[in-house]
Amino acid sequence: MAGRRLEARGLGLTRGPRLLFSDLGFVLSAGQALILRGPNGVGKTSLLRVLAGLTSADCGQVLLDGQPTSSLSSAGRHALLYFGHANALKDDFSAQENLADQLALDANFVPLNEQLAALKAFGLLPRRDVLARRLSQGQKRRIGLARLALNVGHRGKPVWLLDEPTNALDAEGAQLFQQLVNSHLADGGVAVIATHLPMDLAGSTQELHMQEGA
Amino acid sequence: MSAEPSADAELAAPERGVWIAFCRDLKLAMRSKGELGQALAFFVIVVSLFPLAIGPETALLKRVAPGVVWVCALLAVMLTLPRVFQSDHLDGTLEQLALSPYPLPLLCAGKMIAHWVTTGLPLAAVAPVLGLQFGLDGRELMVVVAGLLLGTPILTMLGAIGAALVLGVRGGSILMALLVLPLYIPVLIFGAGAAEASMAGIDVSANLSLLGAMLLFGLVTTPFAAAAAVKISLD
Amino acid sequence: MSLFKYSAPSTFYPLAGKLVPWFGTLAFVLAVIGLYLGLFVAPEDFQQGEVYRIIFIHVPTAWMAMLIYLVMAGYAVMALVYQTKLSAMMMEALAPTGAMFTALALWTGALWGRPTWGTYWAWDARMTSTLILLFLYVGYIALVNAIEDKKRADKAGALLVLVGSINVPIIYFSVKWWNTLHQGASISFSQGNKMAVIMLSAMLVMALACWMYSIAVSLCRVRAIILERERHTLWVRDIKEAQS
Repeated sequence: MAGRRLEARGLGLTRGPRLLFSDLGFVLSAGQALILRGPNGVGKTSLLRVLAGLTSADCGQVLLDGQPTSSLSSAGRHALLYFGHANALKDDFSAQENLADQLALDANFVPLNEQLAALKAFGLLPRRDVLARRLSQGQKRRIGLARLALNVGHRGKPVWLLDEPTNALDAEGAQLFQQLVNSHLADGGVAVIATHLPMDLAGSTQELHMQEGA
Repeated sequence: MSAEPSADAELAAPERGVWIAFCRDLKLAMRSKGELGQALAFFVIVVSLFPLAIGPETALLKRVAPGVVWVCALLAVMLTLPRVFQSDHLDGTLEQLALSPYPLPLLCAGKMIAHWVTTGLPLAAVAPVLGLQFGLDGRELMVVVAGLLLGTPILTMLGAIGAALVLGVRGGSILMALLVLPLYIPVLIFGAGAAEASMAGIDVSANLSLLGAMLLFGLVTTPFAAAAAVKISLD
Repeated sequence: MSLFKYSAPSTFYPLAGKLVPWFGTLAFVLAVIGLYLGLFVAPEDFQQGEVYRIIFIHVPTAWMAMLIYLVMAGYAVMALVYQTKLSAMMMEALAPTGAMFTALALWTGALWGRPTWGTYWAWDARMTSTLILLFLYVGYIALVNAIEDKKRADKAGALLVLVGSINVPIIYFSVKWWNTLHQGASISFSQGNKMAVIMLSAMLVMALACWMYSIAVSLCRVRAIILERERHTLWVRDIKEAQS
């Protein structure tokens, strides 16, 4: 699979009267990560949603491998994985069912034993049949990490857009997460991560500090 | 390692999205059995209100039966429409659906079919019993059921568009009713019209074929409109 | 000079301001002519006497109710395909006028029905379809007002109008069907018989008057909408400063 390039050119977005960002751009090649930093409410989530195609920008373009993608285009949906604030879990599904459901929607065909292995790697195996509504916040977040683990590099979607992925994770969970991102980048993937925490990532990292009205 | 490429490609066919969304929603519906019975209970109760309101005179009840059954079915379907998208919208899974490689219109189609299986279909199954209460005979009951089987999918499909438009909006359910009820009127007219035609001894095929035509037209168009509405609501 | 120059709210605003008085005057003049033709020149109807003259308001308003919805549908397509803010704003500006004409058509229909057929409301095909059209207008206005985010409100309203406009012929056909099925309608609000040329001309003139009125009023309204939505831009602030 060819390495992926994610590029943003001249992106601008206003939310009501507030200008969130204007003329925002960056280039990410295979194996690179972009860390978004800035205070709460500055527009990190909005930028990630624009990159994912969920929110349409007022102006500018998002390019995948040099081709502009309109929001939620087919190319975009095959390449972009968005892990937002919300856990995107069904309360009525168990941990394992949620993972299977997410992978099915990702069109990522992972055999059951590998799914269970991923759950085990994140300490969820004993709770795999517990309904999501009875899991702790940290455990719910770990299901998302298991999904990411099964999407590393060649397997699934190469462009990761992660919004505060380590929310509610303990130190061990945050550590596992960083290893995950590193292996994804090493495999040629690309990541844009909004976070408050320091990230110790191998490979080249760019940082974008977002401020009010810029 | 994952399965061979050809099997993968087959599994990744876009149409499979309909099946995936259908199974998912059906499974979730089965997990909240309380909700499943609601539409049915509402339907039965409200239909039974009418004889209490207008008196037990058989001729009159028989005359109003098609209209009453249809209006109550319509309202029962509308009551359950928020179920199609709201839960997914609240827990963030709707965004994942929008971002899935499977085309969103096909995922919406799967959701609509699941919704119909859990609301319209049971309503059509129960309607004959209620029709008996109103004094309809066998042939007339069959026409009522046929009309409901053809019409309730249309109600689900149109209603899903309305439900998607008002996601996250204050007063969403009432607003959705206001948006969707005018669009329901043709279905009501042809559905109830078919039953009345059979009561009058006239040919019902015209009414039922019009319903069928609307159903076919809806099948091809409403998934796209619903997907567009979802994208607008996620913006 | 390309027409697209005026697709920006800031350039359309002054243009609309200049056009309003023209359309307003046209509307007034045409209304005077139309009412004169309808009330004084057209002969008395041998069946209904003088009362029938209300159709010179009833029919044009019913036409306008339909026409405005169609124009809104056109703007809806532009709003969704080209994503132009102004198209959505024009839709929003037209809706209240469309609703008003629909209500007026229903009201004048009722006023006509009472002395003519003894009932304020008769469930004939045209009136029932007009009632449903009123519901469609009200639904659109309610939706657009309920959604706070303007970008989303624009697109949602546009989609609703498109879905509605596809359904309008289906609704009309089904109501006509329902009407013939129920054999009740000896009442028809459509003057099926030959209409004297003078009556037709009066109605056309009144229809044109309503059309000019709609344009004038919508342009006025869209100016208010533009000011409100663009209130944070520099050019609007300049206007506010110039006025104070």
